[in-house]
Amino acid sequence: MCWGPQPLKSGSKSKEIKHRVNGLPAILGGRFTSRDNGTVAEKEQTMATTEATLPKLSNGLNGHIEEIAAVELTGAEIVCKALEAEGVDIVFGYPGGAVIPLYDALPRAGFHHVLTRFEQWAALAADGYARATGKVGVCMATSGPGATNLVTGLANAQLDSVPVVAITGQVVQPLIGKDAFQECDITGITLPVTKHNYLVTRIQDIAPTIKEAFYLAKSGRPGPVLVDIPKSLFVSRMIYKPGKLRDRRGYQPTTSPNMRQVKLAAEAMNKAEKPIFMAGHGILLSGAEESFAALVEKTGIPVAFTLLGQGSYPESQPLALGLMGMHGHREVNKALDEADLLVNIGARFDDRATGKVSGFAPNAKIVHVDIDPAEIGKNVETKVPVVGDAKEVLDLLVDLVDERRHDEWISWIESQRNFVLEAALEDRPETPEPYTIIKAIAEATRGKAIYATDVGQHQMWAAQHLGLDHPNNWLTSGGLGTMGYGLPAAVGAKIGCPDKEVWAICGDGGFQMSLNELATCVQEGIDVKIAVLNNGYLGMVRQWQDLFHGKNYSEVKINGPDFVKLAEAYGVTGIRVETDAELLPAIQRARETPGTVVVEFIIEPEANVWPIVPQGASNSEMLHQYEDK
Amino acid sequence: MKRQHTLIVMVEDHPGVLNRVVSLLRRRSFNIDSITVGHSEQTGVSRMTIVVRGTDADIEQAGKQLYKLMEVLKVVDLTDQPVIAHEMMIVKVAAKAQQRQEVLLIAQMFNARVLDASPNTIMIEATGPVEQIESLLQMLRAFGIRELARTGAIAMSKGSGIITSKGLTGADQYAGSAAAD
Repeated sequence: MCWGPQPLKSGSKSKEIKHRVNGLPAILGGRFTSRDNGTVAEKEQTMATTEATLPKLSNGLNGHIEEIAAVELTGAEIVCKALEAEGVDIVFGYPGGAVIPLYDALPRAGFHHVLTRFEQWAALAADGYARATGKVGVCMATSGPGATNLVTGLANAQLDSVPVVAITGQVVQPLIGKDAFQECDITGITLPVTKHNYLVTRIQDIAPTIKEAFYLAKSGRPGPVLVDIPKSLFVSRMIYKPGKLRDRRGYQPTTSPNMRQVKLAAEAMNKAEKPIFMAGHGILLSGAEESFAALVEKTGIPVAFTLLGQGSYPESQPLALGLMGMHGHREVNKALDEADLLVNIGARFDDRATGKVSGFAPNAKIVHVDIDPAEIGKNVETKVPVVGDAKEVLDLLVDLVDERRHDEWISWIESQRNFVLEAALEDRPETPEPYTIIKAIAEATRGKAIYATDVGQHQMWAAQHLGLDHPNNWLTSGGLGTMGYGLPAAVGAKIGCPDKEVWAICGDGGFQMSLNELATCVQEGIDVKIAVLNNGYLGMVRQWQDLFHGKNYSEVKINGPDFVKLAEAYGVTGIRVETDAELLPAIQRARETPGTVVVEFIIEPEANVWPIVPQGASNSEMLHQYEDK
Repeated sequence: MKRQHTLIVMVEDHPGVLNRVVSLLRRRSFNIDSITVGHSEQTGVSRMTIVVRGTDADIEQAGKQLYKLMEVLKVVDLTDQPVIAHEMMIVKVAAKAQQRQEVLLIAQMFNARVLDASPNTIMIEATGPVEQIESLLQMLRAFGIRELARTGAIAMSKGSGIITSKGLTGADQYAGSAAAD
């Protein structure tokens, strides 16, 4: 990308330089003279060009004064420059009134803008992009409704600690606070759902604010950061200076742990007879998969995964137990009950993972490794807190722990498997059972695709049966449980990782929320394979009504369009699968067909996710479809 | 056991900081009894005194959550320390000629000042420990409280120990960093 000239050197005489960028005139430089000459720099007649924005002048010898005349840019161009400086190559967004000047600059920017069909999908695509690539996801929207539509996506990123930066337009400064057209207080609204947010009030703050926003989004415990910029700043001009990180005394994330705590954690692991790891998202966010694997293999401690911790250690490994919590495997929850030590790495003891807190790991001493000190003791009382970055902590721990095996403990855990369920799972019925679909997708893709899910039953089936072996290929809305997440997250992932196969696994409810993203797939020319598990119900709510509300099916029956025709209307391929025999060929065809493909799987309308821990119950009180004697 | 805690929160003096602090406490279901904000000894740093109710664990959690705000520099719980916690009250008491003497006597007992008087009222200002203000108010209620304004407590620990936004290298340098942009 090119913004035109490099900083110019000129002689002592002031100059006016005009320049064209992509055929558009751009005023550069302004007129500068040395302060030593006693003249005052003439300024461009813009409200924003102030003394502070003028470039520093350096004196040469013998009256030769060198000026570093930098380039004068609009606020909109500065936003683009600042994004480029952060290495941004993709942004997801949707234009509107307040950001028209920003969008005016986009065609000349060094990144690609993906037009989503709804601002919420822009925020969720940025979230999916960030999870899949490990980079900061960027979304942008206009003021008012554009900005409020981002809120769900930001809350999603906040609860799952995903680095996202949102740029929103705001009404022109004189109109702020006057209930202007499309004005809303987006910094006020997003206060509780962002890690931090800004309303930029001066053009010279744009670049440093964006710089800081990226730093905050990805450092410490990652999260979303919103930067709200008034339209009047987009059209102001100033000499561009790259943003520098300001010293924030109030933001000093602890990454290096207290060695004493690390030693206590290691001692606890060396002494324990029935230890278990609780592997959380923090391992992936910290890029600590290898360090974690080394620790697991040295200590011989088995691993239970939170929903977002999946992929932090290969599930096919003997020490990997699988999903814990509300829809966790029976032996995993039994192991938590029995364990004498629980080592939580980067999970926040979410209620879906712990069940009733008083009944959670009742016999275990708790070690909690987290980069956020506020998570320590928030939900579960901790014996050994270790505040620090997961990778740093794990790398220190691995040298302090004894090499051990826990064969007896692991064979006890193994004995707690629900063998009746396992046997039932092997029995394939006529219509494809939900888990067979998940397993078939996993097998066909050899577990190497990126899997983005929506929220509900299919999400839990996927979590239980995908068998996730690789980091960062499992994109799911854990904390917020955002329906509609699947397709936009898959779009974000595919655009971020074009060489990877990407599957969105959705239900018919969630897919109907975000199916307009099919148009984005076509416009971007990307291949996303979409599995829609269609049971004609809002399945998870129906399941709760079935189990806990006397089968009172209230507003859960949901019809939908003919998904095959719908796919065709959007210009993509649609396939319907109604029998088990069609399952594998359909997945095969979907994979071989270029472009986006929607595969609709008709499933048993009232299939439930098993096991399930009723809300407010202990993990040990889980319900099963088929119970062992 | 829930009880009152007095927190000192040192924050960067930026627009919206009070909103962030209060919003966070509200969102996490902490009950604020009083909150006062003003300048501190350092330029660019404001000092908040927040009286909040909760168990010790609740308050520890509140402190940790407050630290997550970028503008929060220091949080100190003064609850179990020797501390001076004072507040100021201005009260307009109903007092006709026959009660005036008695009201003045009560005011005197509490070292309160008379700010204004009218044929029917006396306006009194009192400053002191929160319990003392409560006692004065209790005494004055018998006459009828027409209008009441209280500041909420501001607090400082006794002795030579000081609470600052530790880590700041100097007030001037700090103030300069915002202006340097």
